[in-house]
Amino acid sequence: MCPAARMPDRRRLSKRGANVTFLSFPVGPAPPRLSPERRPSVAAQPVIAPNLASKLPDDQRIVITGVGLTAPNGNDWYSFRASLLERRSGVQPYEIRYFGKTLAGVCDFDAKKHQAKKEIRRGTRAGSVGVYVANEAIAHSGIDWENIDRSRVGIYVGVTEHGNVETENEIFVIKGFDYDTSCWSHHHNPRTVANNPAGEIALNLGVTGPHYTIGAACAAGNAGLIQGAQMLRLHECDLALAGGTSESIHTFGIFASFNSQNALARHADPAQASRPFDKHRNGIVVAEGGCLYTLERLSDAKARGAEIYGELVGYAMNTDATDFVLPNPERQAECVGLALKRAGLGAEDIDIVSTHATGTMSGDAQECAALRQVFGDCRDVRINNTKSYIGHAMGAAGALELAGNLLSFRDSTVHPTINVDELDPDCQLPGLVLNETAEVPRVDYILNNSFGMLGINSVVIIGRV
Amino acid sequence: MTPADIRAEIIDILDDISPDEDLDNLDDEKNFRDQLELDSMDFLDIVMELRKRHRVQIPEEDYGNLASMNSTVSYLEPKMKDL
Repeated sequence: MCPAARMPDRRRLSKRGANVTFLSFPVGPAPPRLSPERRPSVAAQPVIAPNLASKLPDDQRIVITGVGLTAPNGNDWYSFRASLLERRSGVQPYEIRYFGKTLAGVCDFDAKKHQAKKEIRRGTRAGSVGVYVANEAIAHSGIDWENIDRSRVGIYVGVTEHGNVETENEIFVIKGFDYDTSCWSHHHNPRTVANNPAGEIALNLGVTGPHYTIGAACAAGNAGLIQGAQMLRLHECDLALAGGTSESIHTFGIFASFNSQNALARHADPAQASRPFDKHRNGIVVAEGGCLYTLERLSDAKARGAEIYGELVGYAMNTDATDFVLPNPERQAECVGLALKRAGLGAEDIDIVSTHATGTMSGDAQECAALRQVFGDCRDVRINNTKSYIGHAMGAAGALELAGNLLSFRDSTVHPTINVDELDPDCQLPGLVLNETAEVPRVDYILNNSFGMLGINSVVIIGRV
Repeated sequence: MTPADIRAEIIDILDDISPDEDLDNLDDEKNFRDQLELDSMDFLDIVMELRKRHRVQIPEEDYGNLASMNSTVSYLEPKMKDL
């Protein structure tokens, strides 16, 4: 079933390059390719969004005006994108206490760029990741940070889990003192409160608006983005720092648990360990990372002449309510369908589907079953996976994977899923981009899947502005 | 430990707690808080490190003795002289 049939006509015209007008917004040929450094003004970019969000007043339209990230293969948006286009993995050998040798996606950003050594010592890795990407996003946005009203800034950080790293550390410490709990750190509570990664960002930036984390398993990156958009629409803040972070590689428990579940990837070549859709995939590569966006209302972005990198035109979250770990493709398809419906788009309108697939036998096949229900008859959609490069960055995954694709609006290139030596027939889908980049005439819409344990599903759709 | 050893140990702990500070010019007479950016959690770190490193217990009512380097060394000397 391809729900695209609902609103296909004007879109198909637009893809053929016909100059048609819908809701007064011009739809024309693709803009010329732009290098990342060339940043045209808002006014220079044609608005081409035949979606329901475009009917909203500008103060209800939510746009991305800055991207800050750290990934195992890049510490800023453009180098991350370059790594994906050059098919450069960030997975490497890794060793952690108790569990021993394994593989992981490890970030090498300079924490001291935005934090004093004391801040780093006192805080958490998730906090450091968050502080780094928040500062990078603000710098990238060009916002006049020194003069902004920081009581009107909201911080919404998706996390898969938080506190395991610090708890494991403290248990390790007191083990050396025969489990004398008087040696348990007084820093444990502020490090492990669930809002810690967002709170450290607020402390670092002097933000006095709302800050909190959104615990949403591996759907959290999208969930952070959605939360930020909702708060902007409610005028709870004027600028949202939204996305997700992960420090998960610093807890042995996550490796041990995936291993006990027979879901931890192994491969002689670390760069080939994360292999969603491949017949011989054997599990997840755990990664750390973070990605926060500056989100603003379109009216505010226009007023300050901001460069706009995309618009959140649709989103949805729902729940499987069927299992602790096993996904439910029917619910996932419903979540995708709901996001499309809210955006006023059909499946045919989506140019890139950024999959959640993690490299597990069951999960990948189930997501592909869900996507087959929605996109099975779509001719032009391209489907890729970013975890094949960086592993699974947990709470950051959704936000990072979206960022990896977002520059497709400008370079009209779709990075492939790498490491697919033999496509699993259960993962066969039309439009899969495997191993080689795909050039496309233009990219107007990216649909980003992010799913998590306990059956939490999230989908965002970003449109080109 | 001699008073000099104790002082060196406190400097080492302060270096861990406040890695951005220059401790070379620390005035042993002056309160730590007048020279360094230390808050109550940092002072708890001093207490914790002494407990972990040397099993020295400092009751809460004695925390005031950790105000300056001189007062800290004087307070710790009887507790650490046999270490």
